[in-house]
Amino acid sequence: MAGSNPNAKPMNLTLKVWRQKNRNAEGQIVEYQVKDISPEMSFLEMLDVLNEDLLHKGEEPVAFDHDCREGICGSCNLFINGRAHGPEKGTTTCQLHMRKFSDGDTITIEPWRANAFPVNRDLSVDRSAFDRIIQAGGYVSVNTGGAPDGNEIPIPKPVADRAFEAATCIACGACVAACKNASAMLFVSAKISQLALLPQGQVERKTRVENMIAQMDKEGFGACTNIGQCAAECPVGISLENIALMNREFISAKATSNNLA
Amino acid sequence: MLPDSKIPEGPLAEKWEKHKFNVKLVNPANKRKYDVIIVGTGLAGASAAASLAELGYNVKAFTYHDSPRRAHSIAAQGGINAAKNYQNDGDSVFRLFYDTIKGGDYRAREANVYRLAQVSVNIIDQCVAQGVPFAREYGGLLANRSFGGAQVSRTFYARGQTGQQLLLGAYSALSRQVAYGKVKLYTRSEMLDLVVVDGKARGIVTRNLITGEIQTHSAHAVILATGGYGNVFYLSTNAKYCNVTAPWRAHKKGAFFANPCFTQIHPTCIPVSGDYQSKLTLMSESLRNDGRVWVPKAKGDKRDPRQIPEEERDYFLERKYPAFGNLVPRDVASRNAKQACDEGRGVGTTGLAVYLDFADVIKREGADKVSQKYGNLFEMYEKITGENPYELPMRIYPAVHYTMGGLWVDYNLQTTIPGLYATGECNFSDHGANRLGASALMQGLADGYFVIPYTIGDYLAQTAPTPVTTQHPAFAQAEAEVRERINKLISIKGNRTPTEFHKALGHIMWEYCGMARNAEGLRHAKAEIQKLRKEFWSDLKLVGTNEELNQALENAGRVADFIELGELMVDDALHRNESCGGHFREEYQTPENEALRDDENFAYVAAWEFAGEGKPEILNKEELQFENVKLTQRSYK
Repeated sequence: MAGSNPNAKPMNLTLKVWRQKNRNAEGQIVEYQVKDISPEMSFLEMLDVLNEDLLHKGEEPVAFDHDCREGICGSCNLFINGRAHGPEKGTTTCQLHMRKFSDGDTITIEPWRANAFPVNRDLSVDRSAFDRIIQAGGYVSVNTGGAPDGNEIPIPKPVADRAFEAATCIACGACVAACKNASAMLFVSAKISQLALLPQGQVERKTRVENMIAQMDKEGFGACTNIGQCAAECPVGISLENIALMNREFISAKATSNNLA
Repeated sequence: MLPDSKIPEGPLAEKWEKHKFNVKLVNPANKRKYDVIIVGTGLAGASAAASLAELGYNVKAFTYHDSPRRAHSIAAQGGINAAKNYQNDGDSVFRLFYDTIKGGDYRAREANVYRLAQVSVNIIDQCVAQGVPFAREYGGLLANRSFGGAQVSRTFYARGQTGQQLLLGAYSALSRQVAYGKVKLYTRSEMLDLVVVDGKARGIVTRNLITGEIQTHSAHAVILATGGYGNVFYLSTNAKYCNVTAPWRAHKKGAFFANPCFTQIHPTCIPVSGDYQSKLTLMSESLRNDGRVWVPKAKGDKRDPRQIPEEERDYFLERKYPAFGNLVPRDVASRNAKQACDEGRGVGTTGLAVYLDFADVIKREGADKVSQKYGNLFEMYEKITGENPYELPMRIYPAVHYTMGGLWVDYNLQTTIPGLYATGECNFSDHGANRLGASALMQGLADGYFVIPYTIGDYLAQTAPTPVTTQHPAFAQAEAEVRERINKLISIKGNRTPTEFHKALGHIMWEYCGMARNAEGLRHAKAEIQKLRKEFWSDLKLVGTNEELNQALENAGRVADFIELGELMVDDALHRNESCGGHFREEYQTPENEALRDDENFAYVAAWEFAGEGKPEILNKEELQFENVKLTQRSYK
């Protein structure tokens, strides 16, 4: 029978949630019980239930980032039972559904942990470091107007497809949260790769990689030690190959960054 | 009184060219003396911010997100239209114009829509130059697909993530200007009021969502690019934060609100599964290129869809509209799905769903090819429903998706407040009573990249380049009003949460002002909304203070504005005694249950003017002139 499973039984769960009043306050894990959680709910809808309950009791709801709730805006960012975005592979927190859990489970929910991502409150963190890295060079410098006809820049389909794959990064920061070094290499390399692969990105190819990596270091992200946890936890499947490509770009740029060699 | 819409004289095809020549220019050295505030960093806001900064203006860009890249434009799936005619299938600027006017059921301005079609081709070029990875053919050229309401293939796409890729293009252009210091970016800052000085928009009041700090900001002009108000229905495909507060506050300061009842119900969304549901998820219209919509012929047929033989299925869109088939416009597809369910032929546990079946295309082209086109959509569907659409047909049902209504703007995209502009979904301008698929991205970027950079110059050239500051008493007053409102919300200390009020409002709106409306229901809805508004201001429950990250407080302010807007939508729907596009009044339908327009009495834009608290809003009419298309009953048969 097609349709939501009418036999799915509601669950009772224990939540251990990181609570922290603001950036400078001390935080702690606080335990809550939630009852009658439908397996059809999304993880964030389960937190909505908790928050409505807290509000009714006169307690402060748990702050967390979310918006589109369809896996594309990159806002949601929960560290669930020790994993970025929880147990389901290739899934953002908002697309994780409670059918992946069982009645009686205890679920630990923490914010992304990284020096470059300070906690705003509870589970909400500040990821503006990512914006500053893009501002350092994650673009093609073309002003509005004066672009040639779209079909004057033919791009082989495999190249376009690979650039697209890299461009699908949603900047959620799971790669940083999953990495024991809190490295942002996967995020940065995705943008570097997209633009290094495309003809439009060639002119600024060398300065781009140098500037973006310099900004990445300045923001306090850790180094890459090739463990690959970032790619394993990435909800949109950004490949580790991008990091290899970025490293090659970086070395090549360092040797020839005057663009003349 | 409604100001002149400033539509240029002359033949349709020459209006924009002529207008661009006639608008006043700001000389390059003077541009740096002007500040422009842009609220919202989605397609319309980010593209405008980047383009104006490139010209030399000082831009202050505001978003309530932690990054400009999170704006809801990012979630648009299917594509963006442009009259490139790369497919040699008969497309042209005029055809895109014609399809858009007809698709909008003849309730949009000809001149605006023609301009939109003209600049559509530039958008594609601009985005390609930025490195937007559009889908391509093996020869390396750009690929196209077809969309509802059109018989040509003019939709450019990046798999099912076109909005994401276009937004990241605009975001990268914006980021470049931030690095140059030409755009100052204010993240996690929500606009809570507009500041009007001597009748002109001169600034805004914002709340920092992390610290609660209330700030005022000044500029020579203000652009609202804050998106649509679909969340008035609580459940919609909009992101959770999408709200009407910025344009609604502007409305109460004098900006007219046009055609608020024109809302789009998208036919292909994942059905509601329970009352905990927080939002609805769209399945791109592009799926209707290959998916076939059907229900069982017999009422209450609860068999597994795979067990229902071909002759016992009703492919109702193909049956009723042989020329367009599954690709009829959204309003037509939605109403027919509702009708099938109302007849008791709906599927799934709730009976509020129809099938969207891919079995034929999988048989014809293979699962791999289908996955290349729709892979991410199929995955998303499976994550949400737990069902595999390669094996079982999708279950879909219409949901609120887009709002054609919005702030009234003239040809320059200026509202009725001088110096206040509205772009993208925030304005009412281009889609009439129904928007065609893949046209929202086109409009947002057209406004931001190619319209506002010209038209705002005309206003600024006539504004003294002297610095504007927040010293004028109007700033202090607006700030005080914002504080007072927040304090009021916090001090109610009642029993019901903002979300509970929001759900109650959504229920009223969907029931009485949704896919089908009638006078009696709308009158009932108005009374219910007024009652809800009273309850809201006497029984709202909040915890905590203003001086902290307080998401329930943010939400409460948005819900308060939605309640007020809801009442205006109902008024608008009640006064429009006709059916057109997304506005379907049950009293006005053809014998075949199609929308029955009344061009004699309602071929106008309804622009509502705020008349003061507790007073009915004043209706202003902009008569629509059709000189280039003939008004006919839309037919997709």
